[in-house]
Amino acid sequence: MISPDWRRAERARALLSANPAALGGLWLRARSGPVRDLFLAGLTAPLPIRRIHPTISDDALFGGIDLTETLASGHMVQRGGVLSTPALLILPMAERTPPGLAARLAAALDAGTHALIALDEGAEAEEALPPALAERLALHLDLTNIPLGDARDIPAISARPGPVAAPAAALSDLTKVALRLGIDSLRAPSLALHAARLAAALDGREEVAEADLILATELVLAPRATIASAPEDEEEEDTPPPPPDNPSEDQSEDKQNDQQKVPEEVLLEAAKAMLPPDLLAQLAARAAARARQASSGAGDKQRSVKRGRPLPSRPGRLDGTARIDVIATLRAAAPWQTLRAKASGQRLAFRPADIRVKRYEERSERILIFLVDASGSAAFSRLAEAKGAVELLLAEAYARRDQVALITFRGTEADLLLPPTRSLVQTKRRLAALPGGGGTPLAAGLKAALELALTERAKGRTPAIALLTDGRANIALDGEADRKQAAEDAIAMARAIRARGIAALVIDMGNRPEQALRALAAEIDAPYLPMPRADSARLSSAVSTALAE
Amino acid sequence: MGGHEDPDADAESRRMTQPFPFAAIVGQEEMKQAMILTAIDPSIGGVLVFGDRGTGKSTAVRALAALLPEIKAVEGCPVNSARVEDIPEWADVTKCKIVKRPTPVVDLPLGATEDRVTGALDIERALTRGEKAYEPGLLARANRGYLYIDEANLLEDHIVDLLLDVAQSGENVVEREGLSIRHPARFVLVGSGNPEEGELRPQLLDRFGLSVEVSSPRDIDQRIEVIRRRDAYETDNAAFMKRWRTQDTRLRNRILKAREMHPEAPEATIRACAELCLALGADGLRGELTLLKAARALAAFEGASEVTAKHLSAMAPSALRHRLRRDPLDEAGSTTRVERTAAEVLG
Repeated sequence: MISPDWRRAERARALLSANPAALGGLWLRARSGPVRDLFLAGLTAPLPIRRIHPTISDDALFGGIDLTETLASGHMVQRGGVLSTPALLILPMAERTPPGLAARLAAALDAGTHALIALDEGAEAEEALPPALAERLALHLDLTNIPLGDARDIPAISARPGPVAAPAAALSDLTKVALRLGIDSLRAPSLALHAARLAAALDGREEVAEADLILATELVLAPRATIASAPEDEEEEDTPPPPPDNPSEDQSEDKQNDQQKVPEEVLLEAAKAMLPPDLLAQLAARAAARARQASSGAGDKQRSVKRGRPLPSRPGRLDGTARIDVIATLRAAAPWQTLRAKASGQRLAFRPADIRVKRYEERSERILIFLVDASGSAAFSRLAEAKGAVELLLAEAYARRDQVALITFRGTEADLLLPPTRSLVQTKRRLAALPGGGGTPLAAGLKAALELALTERAKGRTPAIALLTDGRANIALDGEADRKQAAEDAIAMARAIRARGIAALVIDMGNRPEQALRALAAEIDAPYLPMPRADSARLSSAVSTALAE
Repeated sequence: MGGHEDPDADAESRRMTQPFPFAAIVGQEEMKQAMILTAIDPSIGGVLVFGDRGTGKSTAVRALAALLPEIKAVEGCPVNSARVEDIPEWADVTKCKIVKRPTPVVDLPLGATEDRVTGALDIERALTRGEKAYEPGLLARANRGYLYIDEANLLEDHIVDLLLDVAQSGENVVEREGLSIRHPARFVLVGSGNPEEGELRPQLLDRFGLSVEVSSPRDIDQRIEVIRRRDAYETDNAAFMKRWRTQDTRLRNRILKAREMHPEAPEATIRACAELCLALGADGLRGELTLLKAARALAAFEGASEVTAKHLSAMAPSALRHRLRRDPLDEAGSTTRVERTAAEVLG
């Protein structure tokens, strides 16, 4: 008895073996292990299979001058790269692919000469293949939950893919299903059609049948789904599928292909069966990862070859991006000099392998933006205590050489009380003189904090926002005293902060925990700490985690 | 396209014999229009296409390459000089024959080194013959043509700076390793990117004449048509290309005709253009100039003899939306702001 999961995986492998270039490739989520090995061992591709790694250099990708050979022979020797000849590339640790490599591979995939199997070993939901690649690989497969016992070798089907006709209905069904699963990209239905064609060819059919469409939906469309079809989402998975007669817009609109039953619903069912139960949670994590990745462009980068704190140098090649470490290179070449002198007769002989390049670690500066509610309600409750908490955080920030900035909001607007600084004294003084009273323009405060955070990020710093408020927003963004509008504006701002992946922390300084504020914290994706329980130790550890990203 | 010495050009041409026809692209009217206008008047200064994945950004750029009229250039000239006297002195061009060649569309790959972009010392000659010679880079090849940056927002900062400098001066100056070389580098910058993956610096944004936002069509029939045409292109290439060739040729002829037209811009139109930019608070005068040029190109394309407010308001979103100060809360984007203001000012 072969489990359906493994059978599906096996079908995916057969499709890929039949015509890898048409499908772009496969995104394989699985930890390194016997199941994955077994899966890969059965791969037979018409293209040569070549392994690459996430830190592959441009030289290895595109080829270039073979320095050693050129120098030795006295004429130009070119060496081909991995992308010079058509190949099926296997990329282990694909979750670590930098955006630059992803873009280059994407270009190769677009040219239609190469195919890629991305072995994604990501442990966390946030670790995933760069979207530029995921988008272009037709098949998405997860082997994580297949037990070894299920994975047994099935003799590969060897059919010669011939021309396969795709009925117009198949094409429109795949497109409709893709749309209903919330897949925006038009590459997905196009790739699904390719997969369906190949599946039909493997089974020796001359026309795409329903089974092929279901397979294509399972392998290509379902893993890309962003909504579990129809407007109602999550709950739907657990309950039995809704009766097919539920009136959906596009069904009534289109003129119904009246041959038998429209398989669109069948395909949707197939896709739904494939959807993981925690789809929404995963999506959120993915979005967060994306935002974080995007933000890393300027500020958070750890290793660098240009500047920062020096790290031990490494063997490398001079590809124009790294600087040579002369001393280390000399040291690496030194032991071989006598030997080389015998061979070449030169006084000082260097080989490319001697070259050491410098590496640096770049630490981006952090900045903690305090967003303090100085409205009347807050002033009466616990502004003084909040000031104490801020001072505590300040001391922490000072110890870690973080910069701090202070924004307050009261009345109808927010003020930047203290532009980013490292001066503890100045911050304390400003804070002590902080006046209280007036309305609570929470949204305006959040907006000011977001603007400052974005400016600071553009300067290469890593911003984080600490919000201290009692959460009773009553002034809308436009300055109107409208409680409902104010709450809506605050939520909108919170989402804007989350969308930009800025770390945040919400401290409730009200006497009683405020439910609305907890909801707001959830919108920002920030830890929520009610002050009655927020003793100093918890506060500082919360800030540390919020900033530790 | 744009590989090293293109060892993979052969393999590429085997499959991609001809790019997808421009006229066969479904929808995306704004993007298509912006690209056509830069073909009419290259001085508009390029197009930035921002949008989700799988919306046909790359397809459109490659289709444009095939659509563009041919240029006349000296045979073998590394910078595509139009006349023999324009050939830079470092170039080793012996023939003086003028030939027709397709408008160059050069890909600038991400992570391209500075050497590859500007050109550098010719390593081959340095190593084997001990000579100092200049090997032109991508900027030389893109002269009088298009430079295409996919995922422009992921481009490294130092390459961006370099591009800004060259795009502004129209000249590439290389002063390194004992070389001192300059050559013309006038090109139309076409960038594409996905805003989810990082934003573009305002300085670079401003350099693009027009910016368009693309998204997948929401209309199911349109989506099906996209997939259908793509499928036909891939499965029955010859017939598909034949079917669309006439339309592409017609479009090319329209572009050529529009280049000869020089529609008048009356005083009132220029005034309206300035008022619109003022009302929007667009930074700098570049917005006004670009808007006027784009409106004029549009008028020429439509065969009108005069640039009117209608042309202005049609081009205002693409010419101005990326020059406004950003409002972090404004999720709807600047497009609506431009449209609203255009409706108020231009009536």
